[in-house]
Amino acid sequence: MANHTDVTEEVEEAVVRQNEEAVDDARQHRPTSPASRRVADVEEDDRVRIHDVEELHADEEPSRARRSSAHGNNGNGNGKLIGLGLTLATAGAAAFFFAKARQADELPDGPLLSDAPDHVLRGKALKRARNQEEGRALVGRTVTIGKPAQELYAFWRKFERFPEFMDNVREIRRLDETRSEWLIEAPMGATVSVKTRIVEDVPGKTIAWVSEPDSQIEHEGRVEFAPAPPGRGTYVRLLLRYTPPAGEVGRLLAKVLQREPNVQARRDLRRFKQLMETGEVPVNASPSGRKSESPTERRI
Amino acid sequence: MKALTWHGRHDVRVESIPDPEIVNPRDAILKITSTAICGSDLHLYDGYIPGLRAGDVLGHEFMGEVVEVGAKSTLKKGQRVVVPFTISCGDCFFCKKTQFSCCDNANPAETSDASETLMGHAMGAAFGYAHLTGGYAGGQAEYVRVPFSDVGPIVIPDGIDDDQVLFLSDILPTGWQAAEQADIEEGDTVAVWGCGPVGLFAIQSAFKLGAHRVIAIDHYPRRLQLAKQMGADILDYREVDVLEALKELTGGIGPDAVIDCVGMESHGLAIDNIADTVKQQLMLTTERPHALRQAIIACRKGGKVSIPGVYGGFADKFPLGQMMEKGLTVKSGQTHVQRYTKKLLDLIQKGELDTTFMISHREPLGRAAELYQKWHDEQDTYTKILLKPGMDSKPQVDLVAARQVEPA
Repeated sequence: MANHTDVTEEVEEAVVRQNEEAVDDARQHRPTSPASRRVADVEEDDRVRIHDVEELHADEEPSRARRSSAHGNNGNGNGKLIGLGLTLATAGAAAFFFAKARQADELPDGPLLSDAPDHVLRGKALKRARNQEEGRALVGRTVTIGKPAQELYAFWRKFERFPEFMDNVREIRRLDETRSEWLIEAPMGATVSVKTRIVEDVPGKTIAWVSEPDSQIEHEGRVEFAPAPPGRGTYVRLLLRYTPPAGEVGRLLAKVLQREPNVQARRDLRRFKQLMETGEVPVNASPSGRKSESPTERRI
Repeated sequence: MKALTWHGRHDVRVESIPDPEIVNPRDAILKITSTAICGSDLHLYDGYIPGLRAGDVLGHEFMGEVVEVGAKSTLKKGQRVVVPFTISCGDCFFCKKTQFSCCDNANPAETSDASETLMGHAMGAAFGYAHLTGGYAGGQAEYVRVPFSDVGPIVIPDGIDDDQVLFLSDILPTGWQAAEQADIEEGDTVAVWGCGPVGLFAIQSAFKLGAHRVIAIDHYPRRLQLAKQMGADILDYREVDVLEALKELTGGIGPDAVIDCVGMESHGLAIDNIADTVKQQLMLTTERPHALRQAIIACRKGGKVSIPGVYGGFADKFPLGQMMEKGLTVKSGQTHVQRYTKKLLDLIQKGELDTTFMISHREPLGRAAELYQKWHDEQDTYTKILLKPGMDSKPQVDLVAARQVEPA
């Protein structure tokens, strides 16, 4: 015990010494600009604090003596009290500043100010979102793709090519001009069918779809194509809305779609961008670079 | 095929794994003729780069012969090519700006999430360098799959040795970019921390780009000697107070540009570095940026800071105030290799760049595992290791013969 304390003291002393050396070093090179003078003042403060520390140690001397003459931990009492006091003071100060900051951060009533889409709203603002619906998860993601909006729209409008970049969509069957059936991969090799109907179709701008009532899951999606700054192509925004469905199949599906809907949207859009810009979807085919080894990670 | 695979901290093995094949239309397959172990491979070896999986093939400096091409590759079978370590699509916003290492497409969707969370944006992709950067198999192997082979690889004309051009894959353009990002002006003194291969090439490049003087800092005698051979003044940080020395050597002004060719695993027993080493061992930090701290303190007011050294995350005690108050310009980043390969090949052909002076060892691929250990433990002797898969067959035969004649 005594040995241990000695070592600790030595280390502390060494640190203090090094700090002092560092301060001395810094003072030797003290620059003269006003800003640097501020820095130098701070150094002065540091020095004072270092001496405080030493004085603190000096104060502890008697308690140490007591500890060695008497027994056990009695002598630690003062130190413990000081520690407790410091902790309480710190906690109190933190609580005070947190409360103050919270007050200043309180969202006032009235319309939202931010020029941002709903899916990035948070906290209270999210509850007041313009298009928020109770019990439905909204997921959104935007990427820039270096191609004209018309070309991207045309590719997306043929839902049949979704499996090339949406990795949980196995197949899309076209039923008629606006309706299609999606076969979505579910856990354990099962597939689930979702029938969708296009409800909004503005060439070069927007495609929106909803799931038909007899689908096994409820799903709503929207893709928007907006011009990026000149020469940079198109902002493509994908918005998805789900209702976690009931039932066993529903539960599994919720797992598929809800597990990380954000991640799904992010990855699907990234693959869409890759496919449109480079003509292929990159895969690392890890570890040795063979088709059988890609895709590298199953998400279900 | 035989390949050097990673299995854990300080555990790499030469193993037999399946040959790669064409996966995407723009792919090509190379038969590796030469590959090197890079300083940054040591960060993988030491386990400081997150996202490696057991069995991953390492190696991002390699060249070889094209043996197979995809439908959209522009390469032809039989061509000899050097491949940049950065994988770039050539089509995205970044590639078009020649910021190739920032490529937005080469990193697969499956491996982009982690770096997007960690860095704010998904990182580009590289060969043999963890799944944060794509998880592509590397080139310390007999064969490698090269994605986007119509963009990266540079075809090498006949009559030039592998050894002369291999470093176009990484360290030569990295040293060049390091010097270029130091924005060297007439009369500039450039200080370079770290005399490993990148540092040495940075020194050579700095002179080529007009530096008046280069001061190199390290502690390995042989590496410092190589720096001197390149024309630099040298400082062994075990002998001198580096800050004091740099000031004295530059008339009190300090170096006009500083280049950190050390990265996240600084050596030395400075107090901040000891603390960082402890924190790194306890996984409390990924960085040991002692060299960078020192470089920023040393740099003259209004000077330039170039950081080719590899870092992985948040650094403690970063001299931010010093950077701001002195008005420093910082440039950094993985190398946009494709931007420089043609120009540098030209300089090599004209004999204006020496690219072989630091090679200390040429060894068969089969010895790669033990060479990683040497590269890690004996940095003064092993200044650059080349692996030649072609050398493997011969010594093996000899070994067998030797064993047969050996009396029982």
